[in-house]
Amino acid sequence: MAEFRLPANSRVRKGVTHKVSPDAEKTRRFKVYRYDPDSGETPRLDIYEVDTSRCGPMVLDALIKIKNEIDPTLTFRRSCREGICGSCAMNIAGGNTLACTQAIDDIKGDVAIYPLPHMPVVKDLVPDLTNFYAQYASIKPWLQSRTPAPPDSERLQSKEDQELINLPAACILCACCSTSCPSYWWNSDRYLGPAALMAAYRWLVDTRDEATGERLDELEDPFRIYRCHTIMNCTSACPKDLNPARAIAETKKILAERRL
Amino acid sequence: MSLKSPLGKVLGSGSAMEGAQHWWGQRLTALALVPLTLWFAFSLLGLQGLGNHGIIYAWIAEPWTGILLILLLISLLYHSQLGLQVVVEDYVRGWISVATLIALKFIHIVLAVAGIYSVVRISVGVYL
Repeated sequence: MAEFRLPANSRVRKGVTHKVSPDAEKTRRFKVYRYDPDSGETPRLDIYEVDTSRCGPMVLDALIKIKNEIDPTLTFRRSCREGICGSCAMNIAGGNTLACTQAIDDIKGDVAIYPLPHMPVVKDLVPDLTNFYAQYASIKPWLQSRTPAPPDSERLQSKEDQELINLPAACILCACCSTSCPSYWWNSDRYLGPAALMAAYRWLVDTRDEATGERLDELEDPFRIYRCHTIMNCTSACPKDLNPARAIAETKKILAERRL
Repeated sequence: MSLKSPLGKVLGSGSAMEGAQHWWGQRLTALALVPLTLWFAFSLLGLQGLGNHGIIYAWIAEPWTGILLILLLISLLYHSQLGLQVVVEDYVRGWISVATLIALKFIHIVLAVAGIYSVVRISVGVYL
């Protein structure tokens, strides 16, 4: 059955407040989800007061400052700090985005930070993305072609051919889209989700790929693609301004057209 | 506990190779319902004496009314069956899902047959 309420051990209780030193110039409050599976305790919401005049402009800068100076037990993923690795995807001020490209000043009031929604939590802001990555692997995200590659050159594409895959290939697999999708929340065991579906679309429209038919056969399933009900949370969540909803709609059109 | 690989779980029993038909059916019936519902609503509004059985029967007995009413019943109930099926698949799991899906199909077929039978019965003049 669909879950309309969180399980008892997932309900969040009040946590600790870490006060800022009195000489702070510009104080912002960060309400951060904390969960430690080893403690046996239910999750809590800790409040960190941060002097943002002595901190970089992005939410990730504040998280790093908190970990360095206030509370080293805070756990989160981050790597490139410039929006290309996708590691620091989390739910900030109610929306999924990358902490490294979300400016603190663009958020009004307290900054609420949770892990990506409806995923198993490993610790604090770190979600378990095993199923998400397996779904990506399941669409065979590599070139499949029966025509052998030319012996002395690359497989050629026209400029127009390349433009077809420019946007869908720019996905960084941060999982902001899939974990913002209610249909993915209810049925992620069988619905592939917007990220994997846009990756599949990227190979469907690649003019060098010759497995279009097999790829479509694999997708045409009441759950794998047709759980998408065009809610479009995916597109509004994407921190790279891509359009997974459009990629899925185009795939549905290809599936419909091949029956005519 | 199962040690099945994450990819194995995702691949499951493979693709059902089905869904495009459902997608088409939902859109085509939606398209058909636009003129049919408008026709139905405006025809009822245009009828003088909505509370009068005789007037309604006479209206249904007209050839075009009968044809359009049967088309409306088929489109509406087929569309409703497809839509409710999706809702159940979204939110219900396990044997309750299977039982509900079967019940939905039966209910819609019964409603369609009952509706068409009623229109035909009036059209051939059983009540006039």
